[in-house]
Amino acid sequence: MDPSAPSLHKHGSSMASNSSGGGSSDRLRVAQQRLRIIAGHLQTPVDGEPAVLAAECKAQGSKADVSNVTEEKTVPRRRQEIMKWNGWGYSDSKFLFNKKGQAEFTGKRYRLSGMIIPGLKDWFESTFGASLQHKTPATPILNSSAVKPPTLNEAFVDDLKSTSIPFSHDAEDRVFRAHGHCLHEIFALREGKFGRIPDMVVWPNCHNDVVKIVELACKHNVCLIPYGGGTSVSSALECPPEETRSIVSLDTSQMNRILWIDEKNLTAHVEAGIVGQELERLLNESGYCTGHEPDSMEFSSLGGWVATRASGMKKNIYGNIEDLVVHIKMVTPRGVIEKSCQGPRMSTGPDVHHFILGSEGTLGVVTEVTMKIRPIPEYQKYGSVVFPNFEQGVACLREVAKQRCAPASIRLMDNEQFKFGHALKPQVSSLFTSFLDGLKTFYITKFKGFDPNHLCVATLLFEGNREKVLQHEKQVYDIAAKFGGLAAGEDNGQRGYMLTFVIAYLRDLGMDYYVIGESFETSVPWDRVLDICRNVKARIIGDCKERGVQFPPLSTCRVTQTYDAGACVYFYFAFNYRGLSDPVHVYEQVEHGAREEILANGGSLSHHHGVGKLRKEWMRETISNVGIGMLKSVKDYVDPNNIFGNRNLL
Amino acid sequence: MTSNAVCSHRDPMLKKRDDFEDMLEERRNSSDLRYALRCYTPVLYKGVAPCKANQLKNMVLQSEQIHYVINQVSKEMGRAVDDVQEEASAILEEMAHRLQLSTVRFFAFTLSKVFKTLFRSICVNEEGIQRLQQAIQEHPVVLLPSHRSYMDFLLMSYILYTYDLALPVIAAGMDFMGMKFVGEMLRMSGAFFIRRSFGGDKLYWAVFSEYVKTMLKNGFAPVEFFLEGTRSRTCKSLTPKLGLLNIVMDPFLKGEVYDVSLVPVSISYERILEESLYARELLGVPKPKESTSGLFKARKVLSEDYGSIHVYFGQPVSVRSISQGRVNRCQFNLKPRHIPRRPSEEIHSFVNNSAYRLVRAQEENMVLKPWVLLASLLLQNHHQNQAAGQKQGMVLDELTEKAVWLRDLSRQYGAFLHWPDHMPPSEVVSSSLSLHRGLVRISEGRVQLAVEQAGGQVKPEEPHSTITPEEDLLSQAVVVLSCASYRNQALHVFIRPALLASAIHTATSNKKQEVYNSFSFLRNMFSNEFILCPGATVQDFEEACYLLVKTGALQVTQQEVLVTERGQRTLTFLTSMLDPFLQGYQVVCRFLCEEATEALTEKQFIPAVRKFIIKHLLAGRLRYTEVLSSDLQKNSLAALLRLGAVRKIKGAEQGTLKVNKVMVNSLEDTLGGKLPTQKAAVARL
Repeated sequence: MDPSAPSLHKHGSSMASNSSGGGSSDRLRVAQQRLRIIAGHLQTPVDGEPAVLAAECKAQGSKADVSNVTEEKTVPRRRQEIMKWNGWGYSDSKFLFNKKGQAEFTGKRYRLSGMIIPGLKDWFESTFGASLQHKTPATPILNSSAVKPPTLNEAFVDDLKSTSIPFSHDAEDRVFRAHGHCLHEIFALREGKFGRIPDMVVWPNCHNDVVKIVELACKHNVCLIPYGGGTSVSSALECPPEETRSIVSLDTSQMNRILWIDEKNLTAHVEAGIVGQELERLLNESGYCTGHEPDSMEFSSLGGWVATRASGMKKNIYGNIEDLVVHIKMVTPRGVIEKSCQGPRMSTGPDVHHFILGSEGTLGVVTEVTMKIRPIPEYQKYGSVVFPNFEQGVACLREVAKQRCAPASIRLMDNEQFKFGHALKPQVSSLFTSFLDGLKTFYITKFKGFDPNHLCVATLLFEGNREKVLQHEKQVYDIAAKFGGLAAGEDNGQRGYMLTFVIAYLRDLGMDYYVIGESFETSVPWDRVLDICRNVKARIIGDCKERGVQFPPLSTCRVTQTYDAGACVYFYFAFNYRGLSDPVHVYEQVEHGAREEILANGGSLSHHHGVGKLRKEWMRETISNVGIGMLKSVKDYVDPNNIFGNRNLL
Repeated sequence: MTSNAVCSHRDPMLKKRDDFEDMLEERRNSSDLRYALRCYTPVLYKGVAPCKANQLKNMVLQSEQIHYVINQVSKEMGRAVDDVQEEASAILEEMAHRLQLSTVRFFAFTLSKVFKTLFRSICVNEEGIQRLQQAIQEHPVVLLPSHRSYMDFLLMSYILYTYDLALPVIAAGMDFMGMKFVGEMLRMSGAFFIRRSFGGDKLYWAVFSEYVKTMLKNGFAPVEFFLEGTRSRTCKSLTPKLGLLNIVMDPFLKGEVYDVSLVPVSISYERILEESLYARELLGVPKPKESTSGLFKARKVLSEDYGSIHVYFGQPVSVRSISQGRVNRCQFNLKPRHIPRRPSEEIHSFVNNSAYRLVRAQEENMVLKPWVLLASLLLQNHHQNQAAGQKQGMVLDELTEKAVWLRDLSRQYGAFLHWPDHMPPSEVVSSSLSLHRGLVRISEGRVQLAVEQAGGQVKPEEPHSTITPEEDLLSQAVVVLSCASYRNQALHVFIRPALLASAIHTATSNKKQEVYNSFSFLRNMFSNEFILCPGATVQDFEEACYLLVKTGALQVTQQEVLVTERGQRTLTFLTSMLDPFLQGYQVVCRFLCEEATEALTEKQFIPAVRKFIIKHLLAGRLRYTEVLSSDLQKNSLAALLRLGAVRKIKGAEQGTLKVNKVMVNSLEDTLGGKLPTQKAAVARL
């Protein structure tokens, strides 16, 4: 559900190819794309409404799949066919240490795929005190017999059969939908442990299917848990262990069509199950994009973005999800909620969209969304700036925000993360490149006097037309120079963004060698940014020590978004758990302490990951008693029998 | 670094303390000059570069806090911003330190000479120094020494210099600046000067607090100040002042630093330089204005033996850990942090509690010399004999026997007693007595206070000298108060059991509840006098019971508190220890009931009550000369004000005192055990 999980980010050439079928289908896919684009262009205006591409749900009942003919689903019903059941991402892509002890990244999907990363081993061993000799391999295959048999509500199942909506109570299907990507969830899977899991999975194909499912769930008192991309990092997908009713996971992945594109108003009407990469790919075919690129966009879904108030890395140009949605349709136990028009802004009492945005699956299922779209930008340019220290870097970002000239994305990594990024440099092929690298290092550290243990890097991404991008770039670099920043090239920028998406894969590598970790985020006013970064990092180190972690943890942060009044800060932490009897418990205590520290330093409970069940305990102090009461009364009205019983948020 | 460091331990016997090293020993064996000129490279907080005094001033003046207050003041007073800015800059100029290594070296040289002449040894716990060194690197450090002498802060800097630690910047009272040359010298050795009172002056407060915070936050130097606010003339710890503690905790509470380490330092002098000076001051000889020549007034001082000094660097206390669960730091989320505001109730009570715990931590690590015990015994003996009209003094052997008994008792109570166990007790006693020969006299094998020294035995029938009885009384009082100042050093060891002993004495029955009530009454009454953590009545009661039960003096059952046969001696000793204070408070009450006029102002209070007490002492209606101590009188007035028995009326007459005679009267009766606690005062407290 969570769109911006630990995280994958993708951009441009770093984007994974979405084919599930291997090389031979590539040519086929390209051909299809071209056909579709051409078809789009050639389409004759109907009813005097030019350029509205329509697709209808009715035509696509479960059996009507034939009408899609060759269309391959980005996300198949049996996710386990292409994705790991106990780790992040695609089964074919993972980090490993080869026989020579060098790190490499397998597969073909990513820019880093098939490459050797020579620096990673040393960084890994010296940062965590880990050793390649000490392995903690995961349980290789899912042992279905360890999964409790489903508690089925027979009457519900019978009625469901009559609707011919596909469903399953296969153990693998159920286990796959019982978790997000919190550390404790993945850790348990790797050990082959399963708690309460859904009793069955249903795959509605369109809005009407969802209406039917929700009606039946109400009729038979079945608990529904909507499931989008499964990238939650807030325990939002965990089944409440105390739930005695039959739990049905409602997987929206098959609702992934763009129903129409309205070029006059620059909007697209999309089914909410579509995942980010698919949405962009399809829109790109028509020359558009949403510009919404959360780090998890390969896997997270539109409905999940809405349900968690997601944020994308290019929000400076395109806005966050709440700025992007024009219209939302949600199926609740009380019926369907939607607005009657698509006016760009309304003064009609509190915005009902805001009951839906961030409702985390507690009120209903988002089925269709009208979203703003933009023409694909003509020019993109990465960039990076080195600062002598983090303080200067933050001051620069603050100035950029003040002048409201932030590029599509601007992120500031601290020194530890800079070193981490450095360790992820793939093997350089030519002597000349490595010579150049050496020269650059010399220039920055010796000539400019930057301390390699203090310097930090900001990565930039500019978008727009070429001329404006170049102008914009100059403006930003000029500001950076005032804060002692030195331009450090496009390459560093691009690698910085790559780090974001590989880090989730890296966690799996760490977990093979006694290293566990996670990321979490917050938003905080500008004047607090430095304080919160320092204090939270120090808290993590202190708490780890106090709880018997043998080696100092990796405790690092970056500023990932700028706003007028503050910034979004991301923390990563990881440690070597050798010698700890209950590493997950230690991990959770440290994360808990870190969150307390965030709140004590004026940070928010979450910027975009959401609350789920992981951060529920702080909701009352975050939004006040009355606030809780307001949310509760909405829940009580919309879903009096707690059909949407994932118990998130409240 | 945990909160335990300041908590009182359940069993004081278990307290682990470090060993001492004499740092003068090396000074006696090697060149002072080379020592003063040696290479000095202290480690700093996270390796920051030391900051020039001017840079520091600019940082302060350019801070958001100061800007805000300057604008505010300029708006409120209708003054030009530049004008206010200049004032701020002038305040800072007057305040700021100008730490110079050359001055420090000068002091290192001269103090070596002076210390070697005055003191036998200066003992420091080196483990404490190591802990401090560690703490300085990790977090900003605040040094909190006890304050008994002018020497204190020079001594502190001297020690830190010796151990190659970062020199502190020290908050000093403005009165030091009166000493022209010395003032500037002190400034150059790291002192910064603050006015004693600046009540409503926003700008002053802002500049001052920002100055301290800037130094602390950036870790340029440890900040040092005295929790007690001023030198304790009685050698009893003073109730802590909160202003500076508030300031140094603020950066942590607002998240500007990860943590702040507070290091309580206990400095104990075997003989205090200012001994009789303090006694005179307490008796109303006005404090001479600080002047350079006054500091070492008589060169005689230099030729005397002042024994040894013990300096104990306590366990650093992490503000983060003691505030855990006590302060919700989110309260700073909704207002920009640079806008000054009053501390919330929660923070005030946290700071107040911490302050008490820190002062207790100072007390606990205060080294007690055998003389402290002897002084306690001799004082009690003095008053008893005086009352009974017996022959003055105590036979030496008896004193030794009692001292050994008290040694064991105080150790069981957790006192940090330095009693040389390898020496026979009689030798310990006689060497102690000889160091303090100004206060005791030994004649015909009897030891007594040297009270007659000044005026000779005065026989009222034949006043043969020009000395009036009043003058004679005062000169006796000088000796008694000097002695009391040594006894006071041990008070913190005995105070809780003593309150319990007195409570048992005054309570109408042995019922535990009644004893508790009267304990609670006394504790409340004396909370301006002794260091009793606010709100810790139950813990204190339990601690007192525990100690008395452990030593076999008491049996405590579910319902009752019973004194055992062998406990009588202990309880008598304990009640006698508290008795002067009980009597003193009663006299003050009586004064207020009998003599206070409508127009009595706060200023007139001390002279008037002193006159009243002298009258009673001369008439023989009052036993304890030490009641003449203005410290006790002030504390009792403060207690009565706190309890609402006396009110201060603000208005035309400055600080007129309005006395609720009924209440004062009943407080007096309750103190005297004439009224059961729960009925009389408690209901109204």
